[in-house]
Amino acid sequence: MRYAETGFNLEIDLSRGNIEKEQTDPRLTELHLGGLGTNAKILWDRVPPEVEPFSPDNLLIFSTGLLCGTPAVGANRTIVSTVSPQTLLMGYSMMGGFWAPELKFAGYDKVILRGKSPKLVYLWINNDKVEIRDASHLQGKGAVETTELIKRELKEPKAQVAAIGLAGENRVYMASIEQGRSSASRLGIGAVMGDKRLKAIAVRGTKDINLARPAEFIELCNEVLQYIKAREEHPVPGVMPILAGLGSPQEMRIVDEEWHTTNFMWGNARTRRRDFWNQEVEEKWREIQENVRTRLISCYNCPMKCGAIISVPGISTYMMKCFSKLTYTMAAYSDLDFGFKIAQRATEYGVDGFSTPQVMAFALELYEAGILTDKDMPGIPSDNEGRFYWLLDRIVRREGIGDVLANGTYWAAKKIGKGAEEYAHNNIKKHEQLPLKLGMLNPVYFLMYCTGEKANITQIEGQFPQSPFPTMEEREEFVKDWIQVPDEKFKQYLLKWELRGEYGNPHYPDVQASCYIVDWQEKMHYIDDALGICAGLSSFPLKPPYHIHNYPTIISAATGMDIDEAGLTEITKRNRNLLRAFNVRRGLRRADEKPPEDHWKKRYPELEEELLDAYYQFKGWNNQGIPTKETLDGLGLDYVRGDFEQRGIYNGGKKKRPGTKQASQKSKKAKAEN
Amino acid sequence: MKKVKVIKIDADKCNGCRACEAICSAFHAAPKYSSTNPERSKIRVLFDPLKDIYIPVMAGEYTEAECNGRDIYTIDGKEYDECSFCRASCPSRNLFKDPDSGLPLKCDMCEEEPPLEEPMCVQWCLSDALTYEEREEEGEEEEKPGEMEIGLESLVKKHGMKKVLDTVAQMANKS
Repeated sequence: MRYAETGFNLEIDLSRGNIEKEQTDPRLTELHLGGLGTNAKILWDRVPPEVEPFSPDNLLIFSTGLLCGTPAVGANRTIVSTVSPQTLLMGYSMMGGFWAPELKFAGYDKVILRGKSPKLVYLWINNDKVEIRDASHLQGKGAVETTELIKRELKEPKAQVAAIGLAGENRVYMASIEQGRSSASRLGIGAVMGDKRLKAIAVRGTKDINLARPAEFIELCNEVLQYIKAREEHPVPGVMPILAGLGSPQEMRIVDEEWHTTNFMWGNARTRRRDFWNQEVEEKWREIQENVRTRLISCYNCPMKCGAIISVPGISTYMMKCFSKLTYTMAAYSDLDFGFKIAQRATEYGVDGFSTPQVMAFALELYEAGILTDKDMPGIPSDNEGRFYWLLDRIVRREGIGDVLANGTYWAAKKIGKGAEEYAHNNIKKHEQLPLKLGMLNPVYFLMYCTGEKANITQIEGQFPQSPFPTMEEREEFVKDWIQVPDEKFKQYLLKWELRGEYGNPHYPDVQASCYIVDWQEKMHYIDDALGICAGLSSFPLKPPYHIHNYPTIISAATGMDIDEAGLTEITKRNRNLLRAFNVRRGLRRADEKPPEDHWKKRYPELEEELLDAYYQFKGWNNQGIPTKETLDGLGLDYVRGDFEQRGIYNGGKKKRPGTKQASQKSKKAKAEN
Repeated sequence: MKKVKVIKIDADKCNGCRACEAICSAFHAAPKYSSTNPERSKIRVLFDPLKDIYIPVMAGEYTEAECNGRDIYTIDGKEYDECSFCRASCPSRNLFKDPDSGLPLKCDMCEEEPPLEEPMCVQWCLSDALTYEEREEEGEEEEKPGEMEIGLESLVKKHGMKKVLDTVAQMANKS
């Protein structure tokens, strides 16, 4: 019997309409756990670097995490992986909600999609019965609307549906996959789903998920629950409200937005408004939020309340989570009220709430600078809010200038030219980042921004405070019950860390300490992403209930594999290196690993080089960020090493840049000629 | 005096996480906690987020007949199907039936020896949508039927005693 996992994947060929249920090799679970780990393995094996994002040969994998469907608190994440149209690297976006556990209960660990359907379809997975169904009547429908229509036509209110909106159908690079209260938004995976002509996947499952050592496992779950209770009663003092508690974070519950509104940038990641927050704003925003927020809601088996049902009078009800209440508001220099209203339309269209507002603010900057003119923007309204709606409508339909903007700021700027590149100033690896512009270089964040392939800082950072505590008393208080640290040296780093001076940024945490801290942070995310545990209960917040010391026993009790901290660390390294290898094979090199020029005002080029050199070395990578032969062999990834050697990657093998505009146009032409 | 166990449900506090369903199904698995499957749970959260309807319901008595007609309740402007509040395992809906056997499920308040402090669904509800209390009432303690008895009873009602006994005898012969 398989424990925690089902041992089966669904293999769907959308071109031929073929559906297979395939048993998986338990050895892969031992090597990679599941979720992102096994996704990376499948993508490495089956998607060579020549495959473009919108090729039928690109795979789109919907995966559960290893612990989804067990009673592990917060084990509800769906990990969607594919080749991203935006970065041309592996795109792995994730969502909470209810979809992954339902898939487990239906009897599958993953749904692996290949090919391209000749017409718009949706997939209906009802335990052993799996069908590809016509979705032509759903064309152009909103993501939320689609979910409701599918549940109604299947007469299955308990089905869980992941759907794309108009943006996905039109292959907009910011297209998300929406699922009730959650969405997998980053890196354009909704566009790949749309390219495959797949409108939605509906799932219903009524089977068991088994545990290897049930009594021990439940004991551990109870400990986690008790810890959550205690942790929520004792918020961490001295940090902003959203970091004081647990969650992803609980933005819908929290009204105090002083930190975001005065530290994050407004517009196209441009303007910091240090004096924005005052009592008047606080009262007004509290009223707005509490008026539209009907109820706080959770994901499957999680006591956090990170989401909410939002009912703005006059427009359809929808669900929201996390930071999207502010992304539109701040990009448009507008009000919270506007944020809640436009997010409804954006959710139905199915777009990423991080990138999309920035793309629109970018377009308006270009318009003001005269780079885009009235010829490009015929009929654009005169007010800022109206302009945002106008742009959003055009982007998701790829109409006029919307067709250019739909590829994100990096590709749009290249296409527009005339100096537009200067305005696409907030990207890493061609992908829009949080609108943060800070003063002094932070060495830990420098490394995370450079080397993270999720291209999203919130999916890399966590655990270690974002800035030092001013006084020694506060630091000592913080480290007193800091049981999550891998070892004692991390407490020393924090105790020594000062606001400025010799032990302040950028020189402290020093190079070595920075490597250790980043490695720990990243490791925890990689574990979560393999297990399907939400980062909001683990790798993201300070002092979370899951950590490197209890994870091995939890995984062991669930699966029956005996894993200790060293074993878990090795699996994580294997997954990390496999993901990196996939991207290296697609051309990722050191030159791609840099934060936006203006991310910090004070930069230290020599120190930055030293940090990156040291971190690469620490990770067992060469000075181009390529895993060395020794590293790969040591992790049992000798097949990766062999592939690298064959391709001449260690000898500075020519960088492949598949999927550029020209390349794809050429290949289309070639195909047409054939 | 008899002791009445009460689970108080504050539907306004329910966030729809369904932890109650997960832990209920695990607690009642054999061996205990060995498997999870909300479809076997004796508590279900009936929810329709876009209508803001969140109602945890505990499985009650099996009933062989469905109701004549249906009512619709409107409370605070929200429309509820009458079945929303109904605890019965009945022929009109697919709720509170074991997914494999189709046998009715019924909440047993997690009774066991030694007794739990609170039923598992209450213990796992950190939102306090479910809370537990005991109160005393006039009357005699009654013998509660066990899970198998409830299941068999429903089979007897459906197929008749003779058919059930014959089937059991046949099965005994086979094994």
